[in-house]
Order: sequence, then structure tokens, then C-alpha cells
Amino acid sequence: MRKGQPPSEMLKGTLDMMILRTLVGGDAHGHTIAKVIEHTSEDLLEVEQGSLYPALHRLEDRRWVSSYWGASENNRKAKFYRLTAEGRKQLVRETSRWRQMRRAIGLVMGEEGGAQ
Amino acid sequence: MSWLRFLRRRRSDAELQHEFEVFLTEETADNIARGMSPDEARRQARVKLGNAQKVRESVWAQNSPLPLSHAGRELKYAFRTLSRTLGFSIIAVVVIALCIGAATSLFTIVRSVLLRPLPFRDPDRLVIVHEHFRGAWASSPGEFSYNPVAPADFYEWRAKTHGFEDMAIMRYSSYNLTGERSELPEAVRAAAGSWNLFPLLGVQPALGRTFSESEDRPGTAVVILSWSVFQRRFAGDAKIVGRQIHLDGKPFTVVGVLPPWFTYPDAKIQLWVPYKADATPEMLQHHDWHQSQVVARLRPDVSLASALAQVGAVQYQLHLQYPHDPVAEDVAPRSLNEDLAGNVKKPLNLMLSAVGCMLLIGCLNVSNLLVARSAARQKEVAIRSALGAQRGTLIREQLAESVLICAAGGLGGILLSVVATRSLAHAWKDLPTAQGIHLDGAVIAFACALMLAAALVAGLLPALSTTGKTMMKALQTSARTGASSVSRTALRKSLLTAEIGITVVLLVAAGLLLKSFLRLRSADVGCITENMLTLSYSLPDKKYDTPEKMNAFNEGLLERVRNIPGVRGAALGNTLPAAGYWGDYVFTVKEHPPLKPGEDFPNGLMRWADPGYFSALGIPLVSGRFFTSDERDARSYKVIASHQLVRQYFPGDNPIGKHLTVPAHAHKGAPGMVDFEIVGVVGDTLYQVGKETKPAIYFPLLEGFGGGMLAVHTAGDPLRFSVAVQKQIASLDPELPVSDVRTMEQVIGESLVNASLSASLVLAFAILSLLLASVGLYGVLSYLTTQRTTELGIRMALGAQRDQLLQLMLFDGLRPALFGLGLGLVASVAATRIFQSMLFGTKPLDPVVLVGVIATLLAVAVLACLAPAWRASRLDPMQALRTE
Repeated sequence: MRKGQPPSEMLKGTLDMMILRTLVGGDAHGHTIAKVIEHTSEDLLEVEQGSLYPALHRLEDRRWVSSYWGASENNRKAKFYRLTAEGRKQLVRETSRWRQMRRAIGLVMGEEGGAQ
Repeated sequence: MSWLRFLRRRRSDAELQHEFEVFLTEETADNIARGMSPDEARRQARVKLGNAQKVRESVWAQNSPLPLSHAGRELKYAFRTLSRTLGFSIIAVVVIALCIGAATSLFTIVRSVLLRPLPFRDPDRLVIVHEHFRGAWASSPGEFSYNPVAPADFYEWRAKTHGFEDMAIMRYSSYNLTGERSELPEAVRAAAGSWNLFPLLGVQPALGRTFSESEDRPGTAVVILSWSVFQRRFAGDAKIVGRQIHLDGKPFTVVGVLPPWFTYPDAKIQLWVPYKADATPEMLQHHDWHQSQVVARLRPDVSLASALAQVGAVQYQLHLQYPHDPVAEDVAPRSLNEDLAGNVKKPLNLMLSAVGCMLLIGCLNVSNLLVARSAARQKEVAIRSALGAQRGTLIREQLAESVLICAAGGLGGILLSVVATRSLAHAWKDLPTAQGIHLDGAVIAFACALMLAAALVAGLLPALSTTGKTMMKALQTSARTGASSVSRTALRKSLLTAEIGITVVLLVAAGLLLKSFLRLRSADVGCITENMLTLSYSLPDKKYDTPEKMNAFNEGLLERVRNIPGVRGAALGNTLPAAGYWGDYVFTVKEHPPLKPGEDFPNGLMRWADPGYFSALGIPLVSGRFFTSDERDARSYKVIASHQLVRQYFPGDNPIGKHLTVPAHAHKGAPGMVDFEIVGVVGDTLYQVGKETKPAIYFPLLEGFGGGMLAVHTAGDPLRFSVAVQKQIASLDPELPVSDVRTMEQVIGESLVNASLSASLVLAFAILSLLLASVGLYGVLSYLTTQRTTELGIRMALGAQRDQLLQLMLFDGLRPALFGLGLGLVASVAATRIFQSMLFGTKPLDPVVLVGVIATLLAVAVLACLAPAWRASRLDPMQALRTE
């Protein structure tokens, strides 16, 4: 019964994983998270705000991230997100799931031994 | 977690908006750093953020549990729909409020009286033990006679059985409370309880202590005050404990004060004395002195049945031991609540059922109205369901309306019942006063459950009927709506049939109760009841210790009262007609052969009468003579029998000169002299209106009687004489309190209050139900007429006559009424049997009542159907054909 999320260019379910991965590098607020994902992916991925904020909300609700108010680079009060211990475990689970998936898709697509 | 989210969603929305702002500033700053102009940078940032509103909505939805937000939306829609048809909504809410209010009120009373245990320690293990006569005295097989207990029996039980932890005994008593200084004397109701009564109930006194075992013996003078007399008469002064008060002129030491909540067995008891304190040794020894209540506490490891079996065995031994006394064969238990409720239980249950019926009718009515409304939305529902709406959702939406109506009605009903309960409890004199009657958590929960049930009953039927598989027909029938609603009309008609059926049952019940009440009111008491002033007094033993002294007062009073101008006559007896039971004596006829074993003892009400009693009250002499003033002081051994006694025990025999042997009326000095010669026979009087005539034995009051009830027959309004009569009493003995100054009509009225209450309440319920049913009938037929407008137009165009149409429509409406009437009558036959015992001089299938009910219902039904049928027959065919 959950409503469909706004359409995203990304594979379903990968945004959460990438947010968690981003937060491994340190606490960040929404804008930084989006920027980091886009930069790291060499701007191949575009993070839609319509997905980012509900996703952050969801992660916080599941206690994979916690939040606090801090000062942004421009010295504005911003909501910072931090990876929790629970979130770290989830990241490990999702990463291994993602690796399997990537290999499976690679095999199907005829790539040698899947993508590395 | 999700609830917390739900409750904090407004805050989290604000936080989100703040996050957007941060995003915009950061992105703008980044864009400027990339070399954009500030305006362009801000624009690009906004483009990147996209539709912020959509994100907010999505997070908002994440934070709202789905069913809850749906329910909120449905309630909102329902509220809007209902407020569009304000008239309908108000009527529906008022109907439900009345029904739920009445049901809650009665439940409150039922709960306080029958269900809520009395506030004693471990009330589950307390039980009242009665004596039980297996013979004809028991009203019917399977029912117990619940006879009061003789103290001699009780002491045997307590000594010889071990099933109960303890047993205590108590009885009613009364005293004249006189003041030390010049306070007014007062007749107070009192109770005598064995020393272990309060410990057994688990009652701690508020002040002082309860009785000790050594105080529970004849001649002691200790007293425990109730909280009310402690506050009222002694101004709540704790120093009263240990001091003396004067009861019947004797000093009694106050040993304790009971807590405010203790109003058992009723709130009128002002003080307690030890059980044996004012009992004569004869009272304690006789096994036929049935006067007392026994309350027992069951041992935790013993079952009630086995504990009672022990007591029953002891009682049976006693029965065998005293074959010539009325000693019961067995015992019977009753819960404390039921024992107090006594004869209130039946009317209470009857009224609760009546209210339940009314509630059902109210729900059916609202249901009926909702069916009509949902018919109008049929097409909408069909289209939505074709587009994929789930049936559950559609049903929920429709239920929301009835939930709203019932919630509003329920709230109104609870408020209403607060007021109604208070006035009902006030008007109902027989209700036990051992505990207060008030709303509590359980009652509110009951009301809420009623509300929910009402909402389901009222809403589910219409909701299910419009969302079924057949609803697609609504789409198929395209524009013409004429024939689309046959099945729904059938549903409404069956609802109506049920409604009318229940109404008929209520009407029959109300009619029977009303007729029974009218019968009661016109019942012939057997004496003059108009212009009759009555009052009671009781001469204290200490001051009036000989028959001569008592007679001097009584005769002096009678003479003085008879000499008051405007007084036609005065009668003095231990009691007066219609004033209550006041005890009976068991007797045998000396001249008759001895009773066969197992045969019931003859018994008659015990009455004392002064020589002028019968003529002043207008009780006719059947044969023989009245008492003379020579029959006085030392026993004259003469009695007068009532006509009923003669009919019952001297069939075809002349009673004059025969002797009644009354062992219980033995004289202190002469225990063997118990034969009384019948010198006269007088007409019957009722001891209580509504009860059957009982045989009565009159003894001469002048054999020395310490008080009683005085009746004064006056020339005008009797209450105008009350001061004059009381002045005469005060001039004879200024310390003597007078109580119960009332007219005879008031005395009789009091025994009618309850009958009139149940009759008028049930009648009110029945009339309301009739009104509801007729509104339902009218509504259905009006709806039907509108639905069939086109059809009727075609019929007319084809040549149908107007009176034919009128007939057609009228019959269509009357059919469910007739059907319901038949069903209701059948149900009444069963229902009325249940409360048969509440009826006085009225048979459960009283033809007058039945004909009346049938006529009323038919008249109302025809009236309700006539208007829409008439409208149908007056249709303009052209107009009708054009109507969509």
C-alpha cells in the first residue's frame, strides 16, 4: 500500500545505500549529501530532492541515521545527519546485496564474470 | 514510533522547510562560485530543488499512518455531507441521543442496584440467608419464599454449622430520640445487629468502636450512630463517643460512629443497637418469630452449596422438632444486591428491555434514513467502484456518516442521562439506597459500546446494500432511475417491518402496564380514604410501662381529637389500611380438627383496633359486634376477624363464638392462655394496594398498646387539621415525637408511585417508538413515490384512475405495517408472559389493550402513508413523464 516514490533515474533502493555510504565519510546535511553523490559519480547520477529528503526521513525513522542541528559551510543552521551503528550494519548488508545484484545482472548481460 | 511521528509531523514539516532553505542557500552559493550571476544562481538552485511542495506532501504522508489519514478524510467528507442536510442530521442525532440517553440512565440504575457489589470486604463471599418454606407459601416451584429468619433458628445455625466463616443477624427497629436540653423529640429508624455484623462486613467505624460480644445481650444500653445522625443531630462533635443519648427515655452510651459511606441496608437507618439489647427472651427463643435478616460470609475453601446444605439440614431438624410452629423446612440464599433490590428487579429489567427495544428502533430508523440517502449516491458509488475503488473503502465511507451521527448522539445521550438518572432515581421510591446511583467509568464504557453498536447497526445495512455486486446495475440502468431500487426498497421495507414489530411489543407492554396502573388506582381499599389525616407515634416503654398508662394516653388522645371542631371521627390502630404489611400471626381454630402433618398453618395479619376504629374508617360490620371499651387492660381474649379470614378458614360455618388459638400472642403472665373468641366479622381492607386481600385478626387496642397510627376523618382538607391534632398530642406528652403526617391518599399514592412510574416510562418509550416508526413509514413511502414518479405517470397516461393509484400506493405502504403488526403481536404474547407478575388485575392478553394497540398502530400507519399516497395520486402525468 506504500505510495510509489517519485520517479528516479536511479535504480530502486540504491539511493538509501548511497546516502549511507556518503555518511561514512563524516556527518553532512542534505545539500552536501546530494553534492557528494553527484560529484563522486562524476555527475552521472542526479539526486532528486523529491527523493532525497523523504529518503533521509525514512532512514532516520529506521534509526540508521541520526540527526542534529549544526552550522553549515556558510554558517547557517542546518540539519546534519550522522551514520548510526545500526546504519553501518545496514550499509554492509546493502553493499553485499548490491554486489550480488551487480554480478547477476552482469552475467545476464553477458559481461565476463559480471562486472568487477 | 509511527505514532510519535504522527504527532510530531507538523514539527518535522517545519524542519523540512528549513532544510530546503539551507539547500537553496548552499546551492546558490555553489552556483555563484561557478560564476553565475546571483539571480541566475538562485533560479538554478530553485530548478534543482524542484517542487518543494511535493516533497513536503510526500514526507507528510510518510508521517501519517495510512488508515488514520483515510479515516480522517472519510469523517471530513461525512461531516460535510451531513451538514448539507442539516435537518436530517439533527433529527438523527436527537433520535440517537434520546435512545442512548435512556439506555444509559437505566443501565446506570441497574448497575448501581444489581451489578455493583456493595462496598464491603470481599463482597463476593457475602450472602444473605433466608428461610424457605417448601409448601404452598413459596410463590411457585423453583422460586424461593425468602422468608425472614427467626433469631432462634439463626443461633442454632451459627452454633451447629461450619461452612460459613461467620454469620450475623440484624433487624429493623425504631426509637424515640429525645434531647438532653430542649431539642425536639424525634422518631428515628434504627437497626439491631449482632456484635459480629460489622467485623463480618469488614466495616471500620469512623469514630470509636463497634459492639463487643459481651454487649450483645438483653438489657444493654449501647448505641452506634450513623454518620448522618452524627452530623445532623450532634453537629459532628467527636466528643459524643462515650457520652449518653436518650432513646425511648432510657440513657444509651454512644460507643462509635459509622463511616459516611455506610448506608446499609438503607440510608434511613439512623442508629444501631446490639441485636439482643432490646429483644425480649421470648423473641430470642421462638422459632416462629420471623423478623430478621441473616448475612453470612462464606469460608474460602467451602462452596456455597455445601455451606447452605449444612444450614438447611439444621433447619430441617428444627422443622421436625417444632411440628406445631411455622418453622421453615429449608433455607435459600440471595446476593446482597438482589436482596436489597427485592421487588425493584422486575420493573427494572422490564424497563431496561423497553429501552433496548427503543434503541433498536432508533437505530433501524437512522439506518432506514441512511438507506434513502445512499440511494441518491448510488451512481457515484458505482462509478468509483468501476474505477477500482475497493469495497471496504466504500463501506467505510458510508459508515463514517453513521459513526458521526451516533457519536454526536451518544455524547448528547450521556449528558442527557446525567440529568435523567438523577431525576429517575429521585422519583423511584423503591430503589435501594445502600449505595449512591451515579455515572462511573463502566457506565461511560457502556454508553460508548452502545454508540459503536448503534453506529454499526445503523450504518452497516445501508453500506452493504449499496456496495454489493448488484450495484453495477446502477450504471446499466443509465438515465432512467425508475426501477433501479427494487431491492433497496425491499430492504427498507423489512427494516420497517422489524421497527413496527418492536413498536407493537412496546405498545402492548405499555398498554398493559397502564391498564394495570388504572386498575390499581381505582382499587377499593375497603375504607374511607378521602379527607383522612394519618400520623404515627410510639409510646416509649419506660414512661408507659403499664397497659393503664398506655390506654390513658391513647383514649385521652382519641377523645381530644374527636372533640376538635370539624373532625368527624378518629381511629387508632397499630396500623391503617393500605399502610403496609406489619406482620402476621399463625393460628389454629380451636373448634376445628387438628391440622394434618404437612398442611400449612392458617395465618392472618395482626391488627389492633380501638372500639371506634371500624366506624371511623367506614369499615362495615359483617356480623357480630365491634369492640367495646370494656375489652381492655388485662386480656379480654376477644378478637374480630376479617371477612376474608372467615371465607378462607370458616367456609359455610358461623365464626362468631369460635376461638382462634394464637400461640405467638401469649401474655407475659399467662403463657397458656392463647385462645381468642371471635366476637365480630368486619369487611376486608387491603394492606397494600396491588396486593391480594389477606385474612386479618383484630385485637382490642385497649389491651394495652404502645402506639400506632392515628387516622382522623375530617370535614375538609385534612392537612389543615394536622397542627391541631399534633397540638393535642403535645399537650398530652410534650416529649412524644410524631412522624409520617400524611393524608390517607398520600399513603395510598406512595404504593402507586412505582406502578405509575413504570407505566408512564414504558408508555413514553412506546410513544416515541410509534413516532419513529411512523416517520420511517412516511419516509419510505415518500421515497417510493418519488422513485416511481415516472412509472405512475405512465400508468396515468395509460388511463389509470387517481383513486386506483391512491389505493396502490397506500397498500404498498401498509403492507410492511400489517406484517410488522402481525409479527409484533406474536412476539408480545411471549414478551408479556415475562412481566405478568407485575400486572394487577390485568391479563397479559387483555383484549382491550390489544384492540387499542392494533387500532392505534393502524391509524398512525394510515396517516403516515396517506400523505405520500395522496401526493402520488395527484401527480400531473405530463410533469411526471418529464421527470428524470
